[in-house]
Amino acid sequence: MLTTVAYVATRLAEEAPEQEPNPIFPVWQELIIGTIAFAVLCFVLLKFAFPRMEAMYQARVEAIEGGLRRAEERQAEANALYERYQEQLNELRSEASRIRQEAAAEAEAIRQEILAKAREESERIIAAGREQLAAERQTIIRELRGTVGTLAVELAGRIVGEALEDEARRRGTVDRFLAELDAAPAGR
Amino acid sequence: MRVNALSAPVMAGDVHFPPSVKEFFTPALFGLDGWLTKFTIFVWVAVALLIIFFLVAYRDPKLVPSRAQWMAEAVYGFARDSIARPMLGHEGVRFAPYFAALLSFILLTNLYGIIPGIQISTNTHIAYPIVLAAISYVMFNYIGIRKHGFVKYMKNSLVPSAPWYILPLLIPIEFFSTFIVRPITLALRLFANMFAGHMILAVFTLGGFALLNAQTWYFKPISVLSWGMAVALTFLEALVILLQAYVFVVLTSSYISGALAEEH
Repeated sequence: MLTTVAYVATRLAEEAPEQEPNPIFPVWQELIIGTIAFAVLCFVLLKFAFPRMEAMYQARVEAIEGGLRRAEERQAEANALYERYQEQLNELRSEASRIRQEAAAEAEAIRQEILAKAREESERIIAAGREQLAAERQTIIRELRGTVGTLAVELAGRIVGEALEDEARRRGTVDRFLAELDAAPAGR
Repeated sequence: MRVNALSAPVMAGDVHFPPSVKEFFTPALFGLDGWLTKFTIFVWVAVALLIIFFLVAYRDPKLVPSRAQWMAEAVYGFARDSIARPMLGHEGVRFAPYFAALLSFILLTNLYGIIPGIQISTNTHIAYPIVLAAISYVMFNYIGIRKHGFVKYMKNSLVPSAPWYILPLLIPIEFFSTFIVRPITLALRLFANMFAGHMILAVFTLGGFALLNAQTWYFKPISVLSWGMAVALTFLEALVILLQAYVFVVLTSSYISGALAEEH
């Protein structure tokens, strides 16, 4: 390209009359004017136009990303709220179940206590009854022993018609008789 | 304007064909040689138009842009997100304002080449590409030196990772390509494309008049073909205009990226 341009330039210079300018050499006034003009352009545009455009770009990015960020914040907020509610609900559920369990346990304890008391009471009553029975039995036996002995002696004395003088013999007869009586219910 | 001015003498039979380099050097106005010509005036016009456009479009910016604001942002956004960021990464955004100013200036001055009534780009005068290339040159070297320090920057730029015995050959080549060829090609590429583009359009446009005024009668209809070519090439020129503005900015950012890079 360089050589082509140089060739064109020399050819043009050759063909042209003496006073014809060479396009490959700059007009020095235009170098100065070009520099100043472009400097002015750059100064104004770089100071007043493009920074505002860049700021506008940033503002646009901000507007879009800000919207996205706000949406995300809302979402996070909603999630947090949901989780908190969920947690509270779980707490309430466990609380309720704990209360139910406690109530059940209490009821069970009460039932056990009542049962135990009842059993104790019944056992006590039964034991008391037995004791009483045994005592009454002893009393009856004792009374019967006296009564039966007396009756039997009286009866025997009446039947036989004679008073048995010998106390020792009489005691022995009565005791034998009672022993026989005792043996009889045992055999039953 | 220029073609119209020329067409009068052409019509009168004074066929000035082929167009010469003189076409590119319009007369000085008010005798201010070099200071006040069509070219310097239109450079100032470009500066004024760009400043007015950007300031008016951005006098009351909204989050949801209006049409003018959107257009202004499209220029800046292109320099920012299609050149600065891909070439320089995230930190490239700080160069985006300069790239946007450079891009819009080159684009508008290039567009002069196909705007009816102006019909010549100010970049066909090599002085303006030289100024822009010089700024890019100073810029990438300054950025490199500020980032790495002079010695490390020179080492990064000049010493490639190669066996030592080939370095005496490579270092001069690297020096030549980085510090001499870069600014020259940057300026010449823009200048030559605009110069050649104008020359081609002038050849076909003036050629049409030349054919129309030819003595041989059956040459006359061919002028229509010549003008048709001029129209078609104007579309091609439009493509070149966009491409050259883009290439200039991309190469500048590429040089900056090379200056900022850690390794060679």
